[in-house]
Amino acid sequence: MAEIREKVDVCVIGAGHAGCEAALACARLGLETVIFTVSVDSIALMPCNPNIGGSSKGHLVREVDALGGEMGKNIDKTFIQSKMLNRSKGPAVHSLRAQADKADYTREMRRVIENQEHLTVKQAEVCELLSESYKDKNGIIEKKITGVKIFTGAIYESKAVILCTGTYLRARCLCGEAITYTGPNGLQPANYLTESLKNLGIEMRRFKTGTPARMDRRSLDFSKMEEQFGDEKVVPFSFSTNPEDVQIDQVSCFLTYTNEKTHDIIRANLDRSPIYAGIIEGTGPRYCPSIEDKVVKFSDKDRHQVFIEPEGLHTNEMYIAGMSSSLPEDVQLAMYRTVPGLEHCKIVRNAYAIEYDCINSVQLKSTLEFKKVKGLFSAGQINGSSGYEEAAAQGLIAGINAAMEIMGKEPFILDRSEAYIGVLIDDLVTKETMEPYRMMTSRAEYRLLLRQDNADLRLRQKGFKAGLVTKEQLDKLLDKRNKIEMEINRLKNTVVGASKKNQEFLQSCGSSILKTGTTLAELMCRPELSYHILAEIDSEREKSLPLSEDIVEQVEIEIKYEGYIARQLRQVEQYKKMEKKKIPENIDYHDIPSLRLEARQKLISFHPSSVGQASRISGVSPADISVLLVYLERFQRGESKE
Amino acid sequence: MSETIAAIATGLSQSGISIIRISGSEAISIGDKIFRTKMKDHILLDAESHTIHYGFIYDGKELIDEVMVSVMKSPRSYTMEDVVEINCHGGILLTNHILELVLKNGARLADPGEFTKRAFLNGRIDLSKAEAVMDVITSENEIALKTSVRQLRGSVFHIIKNLREKIIYEIAYIESALDDPEHINIEGYGKKLLSVLEELVFDIKKLLDNADDGKVIKEGIKTVIVGKPNAGKSSLLNLLVGEEKAIVTDVAGTTRDALEQFIKIKGIGLHVIDTAGIRKTEDIVEKIGVEKALQFTEEADLILYVVDASVPLDENDFEIFSLIEQKNKIILLNKTDLVSVVTEEIIKEKYSGNCSVIKVCATEGEGIEELQNEVQKMFFGGKIYSDNEIYITNVRHKEAIRKTYESLLLVKDSVSLGMSEDFYSIDLMDAYTALGTVIGEEVGEDLVDEIFSKFCMGK
Repeated sequence: MAEIREKVDVCVIGAGHAGCEAALACARLGLETVIFTVSVDSIALMPCNPNIGGSSKGHLVREVDALGGEMGKNIDKTFIQSKMLNRSKGPAVHSLRAQADKADYTREMRRVIENQEHLTVKQAEVCELLSESYKDKNGIIEKKITGVKIFTGAIYESKAVILCTGTYLRARCLCGEAITYTGPNGLQPANYLTESLKNLGIEMRRFKTGTPARMDRRSLDFSKMEEQFGDEKVVPFSFSTNPEDVQIDQVSCFLTYTNEKTHDIIRANLDRSPIYAGIIEGTGPRYCPSIEDKVVKFSDKDRHQVFIEPEGLHTNEMYIAGMSSSLPEDVQLAMYRTVPGLEHCKIVRNAYAIEYDCINSVQLKSTLEFKKVKGLFSAGQINGSSGYEEAAAQGLIAGINAAMEIMGKEPFILDRSEAYIGVLIDDLVTKETMEPYRMMTSRAEYRLLLRQDNADLRLRQKGFKAGLVTKEQLDKLLDKRNKIEMEINRLKNTVVGASKKNQEFLQSCGSSILKTGTTLAELMCRPELSYHILAEIDSEREKSLPLSEDIVEQVEIEIKYEGYIARQLRQVEQYKKMEKKKIPENIDYHDIPSLRLEARQKLISFHPSSVGQASRISGVSPADISVLLVYLERFQRGESKE
Repeated sequence: MSETIAAIATGLSQSGISIIRISGSEAISIGDKIFRTKMKDHILLDAESHTIHYGFIYDGKELIDEVMVSVMKSPRSYTMEDVVEINCHGGILLTNHILELVLKNGARLADPGEFTKRAFLNGRIDLSKAEAVMDVITSENEIALKTSVRQLRGSVFHIIKNLREKIIYEIAYIESALDDPEHINIEGYGKKLLSVLEELVFDIKKLLDNADDGKVIKEGIKTVIVGKPNAGKSSLLNLLVGEEKAIVTDVAGTTRDALEQFIKIKGIGLHVIDTAGIRKTEDIVEKIGVEKALQFTEEADLILYVVDASVPLDENDFEIFSLIEQKNKIILLNKTDLVSVVTEEIIKEKYSGNCSVIKVCATEGEGIEELQNEVQKMFFGGKIYSDNEIYITNVRHKEAIRKTYESLLLVKDSVSLGMSEDFYSIDLMDAYTALGTVIGEEVGEDLVDEIFSKFCMGK
């Protein structure tokens, strides 16, 4: 029998948000890449919420963009409403969120993928991972990936394989007692790959997640809800998008609430929920709970928010955010109909829970390559994360690292002080997540430095070095940075006198008058004054071209929050000290008898690269770390003596 | 392999039992060279770890002592090395003899703290414990040692842990409100946080202030001399100090301010404060002196109450009695060279509290021996040393607590400036981390360096 055998550089399994970024990164770096999907029509599908971004997720999208990823550009082209969240709070927690036209989003991404040089799309289910054993430089036998085999038997040989299987591995969907063995939206699941992964010695888990119902817009009464508008002035996600191009007509979302009646129905039918009845084995996300979970967990709350969001411009389907559920169809209908505005709702698609296989992500290095299998990478929901943005971020990093490995270059790793992406991946590879991992602002220790507004300043250069950011984009960034620094310098050195004009101006702003001369920068620190307000007494400003808004924003943040930023930078310095304490590759933890047994086992299985990373492993205590530090110090002193 | 070291582990005193500890790879074979049972020699080599053996110590053929010897094998010992401990009969001569035997057979005399140093280097104890042990070794007197021991045992640990818990609760609240604004309300939180901050700042300030006392405590117990004017307080101070420090006149109310001296009684450091005589007075300057005296009395660890035995007790004495009721005190009946109208019996009758009364003549130096013995008795009896105060004696700890204090003040600033809540956690986290370094729940790399430089490069 004639067998198809192809040779490529990289195989990407899955064409969701992780797969797309991974495949694009590899192809753009010049590697021959093939991306497999069970359905070409579902490239970059948004099977759950119709939006991109949101609290801390917006940060991820901006970081992906700064590094040369695609998600930000794609949502800028296909959004139908956009909002900067948390504007009343500090700049660290401002977060961009945009409602997408789902169909447009998918179509646009498919266009980009299909037109990318070195990238081939193949509709097929990958059934087997091919590998071989080899001896490494120390003579230890290791496994190496050699390619994949698809359902038809065709073989694709490759130097790297990136798993981006999302929620498709042995997927099953549950709507009360009705169970179907399908992926999201009734798509074909991937039933063979789990076995192949297990054969490679990879530990698997089972997680679950859920999605709410979609309803016919015509059956809803919006007069009973609060209308939610987009921002008047939209900020684009991508640093490459011209802000003028995103000032479009936007659609509205709507806010309504559950009530005690809703909760009563849920409580009365909990026994019919597959989760509470024990039919679901997978662990669900605590931070993206179903309405059943919320009613049980927050039993003291008499209502929960429900956002009604359009799925697109060319459909009547509305997404019922906040009410995901796996209750049976009849309970769902009754429950939804208690919500003001949904009394006569017609459900187009039922809410359902989905269960799927994923891996225990502590088996990965910070490059998202498996420690045990060279050339095998993994990104997205298969790593136990949840969310489109988390997936995209991992896809990009896995893609870059697969490419770096093939090209023989240094691995590409972001740390916790550089990016939310760094926090996300470090958490995944060091903390054993027992539930789907969702990005949150609280997970980032240094968030005042990791703002969404400065993602380009933080990461563009790294993206350039990796090869995904163009020289032109880099020059634009360098010019921006230069202008920011010059303007801050100017403001810090421009003294404002206590002239009559200045005093009157300050009084008119409700600000106290000057006793002596002061700098413009010091005045800007006053809460009631801003860069723009101060224009009136900043005579030099008129002489040069006005600065763009993004530059003014940086100038203002850096001056107003200077003290906080300085303190956070000191925290980073402390953090880096521990990160820089590298643990030798050949360390033998059995050689440190005073480590507690649990800590020793964890350290052996995780094999952390630095003391900092070791300290974040759950089950390793500060006392263990001090033992480790003392050992390393002795080890070092001993070596230097010789 | 490190050398085998040995030392007397129990301190030299006339106790019933002394222990000689031997640690290192040769510990067991050295033990076997001098220890024999009735049945056979070289019993320790084959002994199970954590067993104790009855037998005799021999110097050659000469029987030295009847002993119990315990064996703890590596790594299950304090130093994580092989350890042999000889429990012999107390007495300085005998104990020293056995130690010398051990040294003669191949061990080296341990440096101060060397067992702990090995325990630390071998990873047996963590940094914060090692640090406290270091303080024990370097502390100048028994009081400082007690503080260090208490630190080691955990009174500081519990207080700091408690403060940290309060801080992390606030951080957690802010963070969860940021993550789930729908369910966790942060409206008006700043005001609530302010009151929590007030409490925290108060507690931290107290620790910080006591840290200054900590310095003093290393030099002695706070001892305050009180009494009516002209009772002979200054004479007593002079007697204790051995020089004319206080101005001594027969005019009542001469000592209008307080005088301070550091003295040692039988190896115990005393920080002695002489105060103005306590009486009702209209003289403004004297009044200030009296108020100060009252304040010192309040803060004292030990009160020396000087009573002029030649004049009858009056209302001022009763006033003082009630002032010092809760205190550790010694009542001194002074001027015994004159005709005594106040006797020990009268004191005991008028003052129901339990205390020792000693007759002295400060100008002649009589009764000083009894006073010294009494102080020593109270100290070793654990009486003088107020157990409810926590002293921070370690410079690094003090620095961490000062950092905590500053960070908490910064949070207060942020709240009053109306910054949004997400800013609070930056400085709250700094406070939390700084406190953690005191109790070893945060590992500071600097600490490892410091300990290495002190422990390993020294002696």
